[in-house]
Parts: sequence; C-alpha cells; structure tokens
Amino acid sequence: MRFLFALLLSLIIAVPIARAETSDPSNWNAVLSQAKGQTVYFHAWGGEARINDYIEWAGKTVEDRFGVRVTHVKVSDTAEVVSRVLTDKAAGRSEGGKVDLVWINGENFAAMKREGLLQPAAWATKLPNYRFVDVANKPSVERDFTVPVDGLEAPWGMAKLVFFHDEARFQKPPASAASLGRWISENPGRFTYPQPPDFSGTTFLKQLLVELTPNPAALQAPATDENFPAAVAPLFAWLDAAHPNFWRSARAFPRDYGGLRQLLADGEIDIAFAFNPADASSAIANGELPDTVRSFVFPAGTLGNTHFVAIPFNAAAAAGAMVFADFLLSPEAQARKEDAAIWGDPTVLAVDKLPLEDVTRFAAVERGIATLRPEELGPVLAEPHPSWVERIETEWARRYGVIQ
Amino acid sequence: MLRLFPAAALFVLLAPVAAGLAGILLPAFGYLPTLGHDDVSLEPFRQLFAMPGLARSALLSFGTGLATTAIAFAVVILFVAGWRGTRLFRTLEGLVSPLLSVPHAAAAFGLLFLIAPAGFLVRLVSPELTGWERPPDLLIVQDRLGLAMSFGLIIKEIPFLLLMTLAALPQARVAEMERMTAALGYGRVVGFMHGVLPALYRQVRLAVLAVLAYATSVVDVAIILGPTTPAPLAVRVLDWRNDPDLGGHLLAGAGAVLQIGVTGAAILAWLAGERACGALARVIAKTGWRATADSWLRGLSAGLIILSAATILAGIALLGLWSIAGPWRFPDALPAAVSLATWMRVGPGLLGPLRDTLLLAVSTSFAAVALALGALEREARLGRAAAGRGLRLLYIPLLVPQVAFLFGLQILFSWLGLDGAFPAMLLSHLVFVFPYVFLSLSDPWWSWDPHYGQLTRALGHGPSFVFWRVRLPMLARPVLTAAALGFAVSIGLYLPTLLIGGGRWPTITTETLALASGGDRKIAGATALLQALLPFLGFAAAAVITSVLFRNRRALRSSG
Repeated sequence: MRFLFALLLSLIIAVPIARAETSDPSNWNAVLSQAKGQTVYFHAWGGEARINDYIEWAGKTVEDRFGVRVTHVKVSDTAEVVSRVLTDKAAGRSEGGKVDLVWINGENFAAMKREGLLQPAAWATKLPNYRFVDVANKPSVERDFTVPVDGLEAPWGMAKLVFFHDEARFQKPPASAASLGRWISENPGRFTYPQPPDFSGTTFLKQLLVELTPNPAALQAPATDENFPAAVAPLFAWLDAAHPNFWRSARAFPRDYGGLRQLLADGEIDIAFAFNPADASSAIANGELPDTVRSFVFPAGTLGNTHFVAIPFNAAAAAGAMVFADFLLSPEAQARKEDAAIWGDPTVLAVDKLPLEDVTRFAAVERGIATLRPEELGPVLAEPHPSWVERIETEWARRYGVIQ
Repeated sequence: MLRLFPAAALFVLLAPVAAGLAGILLPAFGYLPTLGHDDVSLEPFRQLFAMPGLARSALLSFGTGLATTAIAFAVVILFVAGWRGTRLFRTLEGLVSPLLSVPHAAAAFGLLFLIAPAGFLVRLVSPELTGWERPPDLLIVQDRLGLAMSFGLIIKEIPFLLLMTLAALPQARVAEMERMTAALGYGRVVGFMHGVLPALYRQVRLAVLAVLAYATSVVDVAIILGPTTPAPLAVRVLDWRNDPDLGGHLLAGAGAVLQIGVTGAAILAWLAGERACGALARVIAKTGWRATADSWLRGLSAGLIILSAATILAGIALLGLWSIAGPWRFPDALPAAVSLATWMRVGPGLLGPLRDTLLLAVSTSFAAVALALGALEREARLGRAAAGRGLRLLYIPLLVPQVAFLFGLQILFSWLGLDGAFPAMLLSHLVFVFPYVFLSLSDPWWSWDPHYGQLTRALGHGPSFVFWRVRLPMLARPVLTAAALGFAVSIGLYLPTLLIGGGRWPTITTETLALASGGDRKIAGATALLQALLPFLGFAAAAVITSVLFRNRRALRSSG
C-alpha cells in the first residue's frame, strides 16, 4: 500500500508552475514582448481543409513577424473545447490551461461567459486592429446571439445562412419557410437538417422560428415558460407536417454539417445549407460538388451572425493569443480570408473606412462561382436569445429525438 | 527491483480506473464544488431519467452488446470446431493479426463506405441492375435497431475472439479430444462442443466478457454507424458532457453510472446464459445425438468468417480508393479521375500527428511489454505456476466502460496539472494496452520448457542470465507479437487520447474523426487508411525482426 502511494507520488513529477498572465492590450508593446516566444494552442473546428490551410498561413505569418508560434488543434465540435475548459475549472486549474484561443460563437460563447470560463477583463476592444471593425453596420460584432460581447471575444468573420442546390436538378428554389414546406411535400426524401443540438441543425430551426413565429421581437428577449409555447407552436407545426416527407422520413438525421454536405454530394438530398456563403464554391473547388451548384437565400432574409475567437480564463499564453487575434483582425488577413480561392469568409471590417491600399486589396478579392455577391446576400435576420435555443433543443429531443 | 513489477502492473491497471470512477461518482450525486454544486442530491439522476428515450438507448446498448458478442463467439467457435487443423484454418490464423490491428474507427468507416445507400455496393449495381440514378432512401446505416453498428462490431470482434481462442487451444488438449469424439462417432462440430468447448471456454471466458463490455459501451463505431434517434447510451453520455446547457458534468456522471449498470446487467445476463447453455448441453449429451451430417454447418461457419474478413479488407481497399479519387459521383462504380491531390493536401498536416501517434504507441507497447515481462519473471522466480490469481484483476479496465472512468481521470489529471503531459498520456494508454499485451504474452511464457532454465542454472549462471540470454531470445516471437498488438491497440485509442490529451496529442485517430466532421469522404478515406495501415506496420516489423534475429537459429525459426 505504501508502495502504491510511492508510485503515485512519483508520477507527480512535473506540475507546471505557470506565471499569472495579466496582459492588458492597452499597453501593446508590453503584450508584444510578453508574447514573443510563446506557443498559442488555437482550438478551432478542423473539418474544412481550406480553413485549416488558412490558419496555418496565419500562424506562420505571426511566427515570422512576432515570434509567436501557433498550433492549430483540430476539434470536431467546439462544445468539446468548452467542456475541456469547464473540466479545468472543475479541477481548480486556474493557470496553465491547455486552450489559449478558441474559435467560438453563439451558445458556446454564452455558456463560457455564464460559467466564467473566459478572460475576465475586456481585451478585444483594446486590440490595435479593432478600430477597423464595422461596429455601426454589423451589430452582431457587439451582441453575439443577443448576448453582449463586452470585449470578451474578438470578431473574426461574418456568417450568413445560405442555402445551395444543384441547378442541373431543378431551377426554381423555394423562397421562404412556407414555400420550402411546399417544396418538401412535392419532393419527398430530398431534404433534411443535422440533428440538434448540432449547431447547423439548430440554426435551421432558428431560421424557421424567426420566419414563422407570430411575434419576432419577443425572440430578442429571454424565453420564459409563458411566452415559449405560443411562440414555437408554428415551428413545430411546420416540422410535424414536413418530417414525414424528409430524407429517411426523419427516422435518422445527419450528425453534423459535414454529413449534410455529403448527402448533397451523393445526390441523396437536393438542398443543403451552410453558414459560410462561399462554402459551395469551396466544395466545388474540392471536387465534392458538381459545378452546377449555386447558392440562394430567402429574399425576406436569413440569419446572420459573427463568429469570434475567445481566450479562456486559464490560458497559458494569453499575450500570444491576443497578438494572434489582432493579426486575424488585420486588413491583410481579413482580405485574404475573404478570397474564395483561400476561404471566402466575409470580413468584419468596415472596408470603406480602411486606408487606400487595403481598400484596393479588398476590391481585388475573388468571390467564387457559386457565391452570391454581398449585395445579393439579402437582409440579415437577427439571432434570437440563446435561451430560446436551449428550450427548442429540449423540446425537439422530446418530440423527434426518439422515433417509435 | 524485480519485486516492484507485479505491484507496478497492478497499479497501472487499477489506480486510473479507481481514480476515474471516483471522479464520476461524486458529480453523479450532485457534488462538484469547483463549479458551484455544493450539495449532494439525486437531482442529476432525476434529470437523467427525464431524458427522452433513455430506456430505448439503454436497451439498445444492452441488446446490441449481447447479440454481437453471442454471434461473434458462435461464429468463431463453429469455425474452430469445424476447421481446426485444415489449410483454411492456417490461412485465417495468419490473417488474424493484421485484421485485429485495424482500428475500430477505420473498419467502421470502411463498412460505411461499403454498405451505405450511396456506398460502393449500391454503386456497383446502379443504374444497370436497379435503375437508381440517385441513392435510394433506405435506412441501412443508422438504422434504429443498430444492425449496421452490430455488423461493424461483429467483424472486428471475430478476429479478437479468434486470437484468444487460438491462444487457449493448446491448453485444452484438442487433438486427443477430437480423436476420442471421432472414435465415439460424433461429427466434428458437435464432438468439439462436447469435448473441447467446456475446457476451452474456461480459458477464453474473460476475453468474451471484455468484448461484451466493449460492445455495450462503444462510442466511435456507434457515432459512425449507429442510430441517432435515439443514439446508444455511451454516445449520449458523451454528448451530454459536451453540452453545458443540457447538464454537463453532473448529468454525464449520472449517465456514466447508468452505463456501468447496463454493462453489468449485460455481463450478468451472459453469465445466466452460460448456465442455460450448460444445462442444455448436458441434456443434449444425454440424448447421444451424433450430428454426423454437419458439413453444411462447417460450410456456413467458413463462409461467415471469410465474409467478415473480406468485409474488413474490402473496407480498407475502399478507403484507399476514396483517398486517391478525383470527383466520384453517384452512381459511378469507379471514380471519374484518379489523383494524389488529397494526399498532397492532407499529408503535410498529418506528419505531426503521425509522429505523436508513433511516439505514444511505441513507448506504450515498450512499457507494457517491459512491465508484463517483469511481472511474469517475478512470478516465475517465486515458483508460481500460470497465475490465475492476478488474471481477473487484469480485466478490470476492460470491463469498466471507457466513458465511465475517463471523465473522472481527466479531472484528476487536470487537478494534478498533468493533462496533456506525456506521463499522463502514457498511463492512460497503458491502462488499455497492458491487459492485451499481458494476455498475449502469458500463455507462451508459461508453456516455455523450464528445463532450459534448469540446465542453464546447472551450468553455473544466475537467474538474470537465464532471463536475458535464454528465455527472452527463445520467446522473441511471442514478445514481438505482443509488442505489435500493444502498438495496434494504442494507435486505435480515441477517447483516452482526446480527453486526457487536452488537444496536445493529436494522433492519427483523433485527426481522422476531426477531419471526418467536414464531410469530405476523400479526406476521411485518406486519414482512416493511414490509421488502418500503421498497426499493420507494427506486425510487419515484428515479423522482420524475428526473421533477422533467428537467421542463424533454425530450430527457433521453425518452432515459432
């Protein structure tokens, strides 16, 4: 027994003694010198090769210019990262955490903010490149799914829900939730969405909710037991009517966005959707989709939001993470990101307010064969408050999560 | 120094499991003070039982676990009974190790690409025979009964059970029994069942229970092939843990406790089944049924085993085909173009994970073999015969569901500041690798003729000399095979690497599942293929090293 204790103690050979990081971006030179030599572990979704390539380019550039090494930790689901940081908090690890920067937004951000898993002081608004961010025209950079950002995460790119279909199969795509419902009944087995609580699945449900609910303004406030049933009744009525005509008759759903895109590639479904307007072009360039695929939106508007990068409370390389986040906000990195040949993700910057050389940089950006131009993307519908999503997920699981 | 080895081996096996279980029992009862949950209560269990479809999920895990284990075991036993000593048997004996080394996730991906409605088999016959221009809307994969998932589990369980059975055959005195039952007029299969199986089963029983425990709590195969409405219990526990909205650690803790219950119930049901089969066998034995006309049964067993082996191999071939495919639309049977673009794109990014995978796998198998050899040598020097005593403890990490203790272990390592550190990774891999290595090594170890040792001692050498210069070289082949097996198991580990690694140890397996979430079959095929080929390299290396070592030792080469 003594023996086992001896062995156990012998295993505790290297408890890291991390310095307490107090990086204040207002003193940027201090942050730069603190960051030099650090390694930033950037936890970001790794399912798209082009995004992985972009992150690698950004990491190499930052290493060359600022001496900060960036390692891209590929995750299959951001919720895993939230869980990891939560486990650290549960174990009392307030320093030397394994996650330095995480690609995040929406419910995951709301969860991290609520559980106190982020850097406590506002840092993003103090980054040097934050002054170029288009706060006036893109309100979602300050309110992430109606939750105030408070400078706890730095904006990275814009997302807009776009649908896409193969023009070789049919020409006139549906233009609203109602017309989509009719299209589904005329084309059984050709539509589905990823199973909630997957992010893209719940986004589709939110789109339907925003379009079908009797009082859209109520969605901006938290959901309560009183207003919830009436607000979501039309949504579930739509689902009840449409599910029997779904792919696999809604007895199974694809697990995530990747699964959905694969179904379109195989011809099992006819309409898919994505959050990145350039996703269809990406897939065509990859050889996954035929080049007759085109994007479309609903004229009345589709959901749009911003995606961010955030620093957990116990990050070991917080200064390095800030330097990297600032570079991701730079006009150079944002323009390259918007190029459909590279990634195609829209910028968060106010292009017309940039210096002239950067404006020309953006003007030269290629959009991609299946990508809608910014003016064609249509109105942006605001995201509901996260509490609506939690309740919808629970209600969805109750109604459709178990097929008898 | 040698005294330490058995205790160290036990520590490696039991301490992480105990620590992990403690780490989920507390949250299961509502106690997680660092996250603000201070009072012990049954609230997590109340929440758990309010989850929709919980009974369905639990029953699914229970049912598929029992069914797959029973079918796999039946196929293996029928094959051994009907074909032992034949050329077909020797061929499949040779194939066992490579088939076994294919990780579960890779085999599951291969099966997915094969049988899905948009998969290869349908593409072969479309549109010529079926008239399908688009994939049929059939619920083949993700079916509600979990049949696709069960098939994926069975094809992987068969090689493992075959390996364990082959290892146990020498003890069961098969040849004598077969001659006796043949002389009494019994057919091959029934003669085997009456004569050999009782003794054989005693040896492989714990291995079968380990397979059962794995099948009731599998995660990666269930994610790839299993139903989603509802998913099996272990998958849901993982999802709950990753979703802070749905309850997070507390609910996942309660779910893990339920998972332990489901696995335990399955094991008890299996033990009850054993008794029932035993009683049935005694009744049948009394009737004297000879069953001499069993050639159809032999044919069936051979067919099933060949089918399962062929499925794994076909799956891997498909992974390879997808990895070099250009655009490949349904219903083309073959890709429109072949190119190395996918490998060029994914290759450089996989070098880091490849290095980490190899580092971890080589160290783990080395440590496991060293630990096993040390423990076995200690037992030998104490004069104990084949130890049945410690053997049961060996299986504990294999009988407890992974999701149950890995969460707790993650919290422990995080608290110690060791998550992501190499010692933590090594220990968490060792927990799973060591049992297989020890099992694979212990039979050849104890069947080594002790007279060699006595002779060497009589010539004036000490026990260390006997070990290093006589026993170890003579047992080089089993030792290298055990090392290769450990190497293969380590490569295939997903949850331990993901949870304990903290993102610092991306291995080929974690990369495969991360990249597969993007939906590009070409990339998934490339990484899964790499994952499938790596363990095979381990066995090939073992074979090469053995032949080099024994190039001047003809007797050792031929005895094997």
